[in-house]
Amino acid sequence: MPTLEIEGKTFDVDEDGFLQDPDLWNEEVARLFAKTEGIQDMTDEHWKVVHYLRNYYLEFNIAPMIRKVCKDTGFKLKKIYELFPSGPAKGACKVAGLPKPTGCV
Amino acid sequence: MSLEHLPKPEELVKEDVLTPPESPWMDTPTVFKPGTYSFPTAAKNLKYLGMPNPREWSPTDKDWKLPDNWKEIVLDGIRERLLKYRSFRVFMDICVRCGACADKCHFYIGSGDPKNMPVLRAELLRSVYRKDFTALGKIFGQLAGARELTYDVIKEWFYYFYQCTECRRCSVFCPYGIDTAEITMMGRELLHLLGLGINWAMEPVANCYRTGNHLGIPPHGLIDMWEFMVDDIEDITGVKVGLPVNKKGAEILFVTPSGDYFADPGTYTCMGYLMLFHELGLDYTWSTYASEGGNFGLFTSHEMIKRLNAKIYAEAKRLGVKYIIGGECGHMWRVMHQYMDTMNGPADFLEEPVSPITGTKFENCKTTKMVHITEFTSDLIKHGKLKLDKSRNDKTITTFHDSCNPARAAGILEEPRYILRNVVDNFHEMPENTIREQTFCCAGGAGLGNDENIEMRMRGGFPRGNAVRHVVDKHQVNRLTCMCAIDRATLSALCEYWAPDVTVGGIHELVANAMIMTGEHERTVDLRGEPLIPEEDEDV
Repeated sequence: MPTLEIEGKTFDVDEDGFLQDPDLWNEEVARLFAKTEGIQDMTDEHWKVVHYLRNYYLEFNIAPMIRKVCKDTGFKLKKIYELFPSGPAKGACKVAGLPKPTGCV
Repeated sequence: MSLEHLPKPEELVKEDVLTPPESPWMDTPTVFKPGTYSFPTAAKNLKYLGMPNPREWSPTDKDWKLPDNWKEIVLDGIRERLLKYRSFRVFMDICVRCGACADKCHFYIGSGDPKNMPVLRAELLRSVYRKDFTALGKIFGQLAGARELTYDVIKEWFYYFYQCTECRRCSVFCPYGIDTAEITMMGRELLHLLGLGINWAMEPVANCYRTGNHLGIPPHGLIDMWEFMVDDIEDITGVKVGLPVNKKGAEILFVTPSGDYFADPGTYTCMGYLMLFHELGLDYTWSTYASEGGNFGLFTSHEMIKRLNAKIYAEAKRLGVKYIIGGECGHMWRVMHQYMDTMNGPADFLEEPVSPITGTKFENCKTTKMVHITEFTSDLIKHGKLKLDKSRNDKTITTFHDSCNPARAAGILEEPRYILRNVVDNFHEMPENTIREQTFCCAGGAGLGNDENIEMRMRGGFPRGNAVRHVVDKHQVNRLTCMCAIDRATLSALCEYWAPDVTVGGIHELVANAMIMTGEHERTVDLRGEPLIPEEDEDV
């Protein structure tokens, strides 16, 4: 299984760098994964998206629809790309410790 | 890997890239180049499905951690399948290597790799068949086109049987009618005996087994997504549409791919279904158990097709519906049209489908009891049952991509076109050798539509992209309409690369834009929330 080492900490990840065990996630893990996405400082706006994704995932066991993320956080898609350059699915979800969606997507 | 890591489109398919290797094919080694193969199945998914040899491995590893008796397993697997499937034996024996299929494959056209010629892809397996199962091959060996099954052959199979989208364009041109997709399917079945598969196909299969859909959405997650769409529809039209879920005794069960609940632009097509069924007052239901139209079992093994397809019929029985309508899915229709009946059918406990609105009997669905949504909707339009205002789609200049399976496996060619002509004014066909039965694949089907395989997707996407670019230049086309969820996901990337500024969408998105609903307020935006009249046109 691929591993990712960030600042001396090692995580089991999939080939795209998504955290394998969602239960290992906490804010410190989010900060570390954000660095792999080129985000040096997690601002309140970053946290708003990450906490929204995290809470949705804990409730529904799946990432929210992207349009729902925009509607519920009040951020336009463009803004989310500014915050997370790889986008909501590959960037923000990775920082929030969600698994990568598969299928006809 | 993403699009920006690829060379520019015109560089990707330059002639020197497409020059074949000088060595004979049996001596040419397989190179796993990043961007051209898919990640292997995660052990957890194989374990969940009870499939052989779950472990962590990578195609770039020297040791693939195969069972010690891997050769015996594969040869026994071939033997068993030759006895079980007459078609397999015929396809192994009958090819005369005429080469009619050779240049018909999108992966060959875009990669120039001779092993992507359908005839040679099949030879990868045929050569082993000849060696161990034919007298000629046993005696004359390589002279008779036979070769030993080696570890490297297994690696080659893995690379090339996962560089085929099972689209069956090559089969259209085969004078013997060899179904090359079935050869790929056999190749994949044999690889699965050793625990060799790809995660983009197998995680959906495991998810489907666990939750009823490829994405792994649990029931309350589905409700949340559908309710979001219902709210969106109300904002756009002023009409609050009904949301019948798991409704026992409904007349019709509706099944569609889960990608359309979750990911844009499929969600707009899903909203289209909700609006259409509401406007008709249809007695139907969604299901949180049969919540997937797609069947990635088709990309895995015959056994898995059956296991996943059975859920739809189990749910139809449990709910007590009369029949089933299926949405804009691609490979679901190959399963339904060509496998379901002998695997889980005939579905005698259901009734022969009759449209409750027009009285039309769908005679072609007598045994499967499952009607394609475009058959259902085109029949409504033909009988004048929908009020349509085409002008609401005026900004859309569309072309139509025939999705491989509905076109080639089910012959659904006219229905989508009839609908399109009735809901949009600007509809232009791509060149005739790229549509209908000869349609070019999205290059991301059969489990290959993942990010890591992006270079091979864009190579294989070249013929389709080129045809789209042609109608962009000629007719200023700005929308590629299709009726498959894999298409909606993968063609979006294909267009971004090969035909920028062309968006992708489904048919029922355009139907619902045009459809005048009872009690609706004046619409100013389309289902995507974008103005019906583009802003720059306001001064004209």
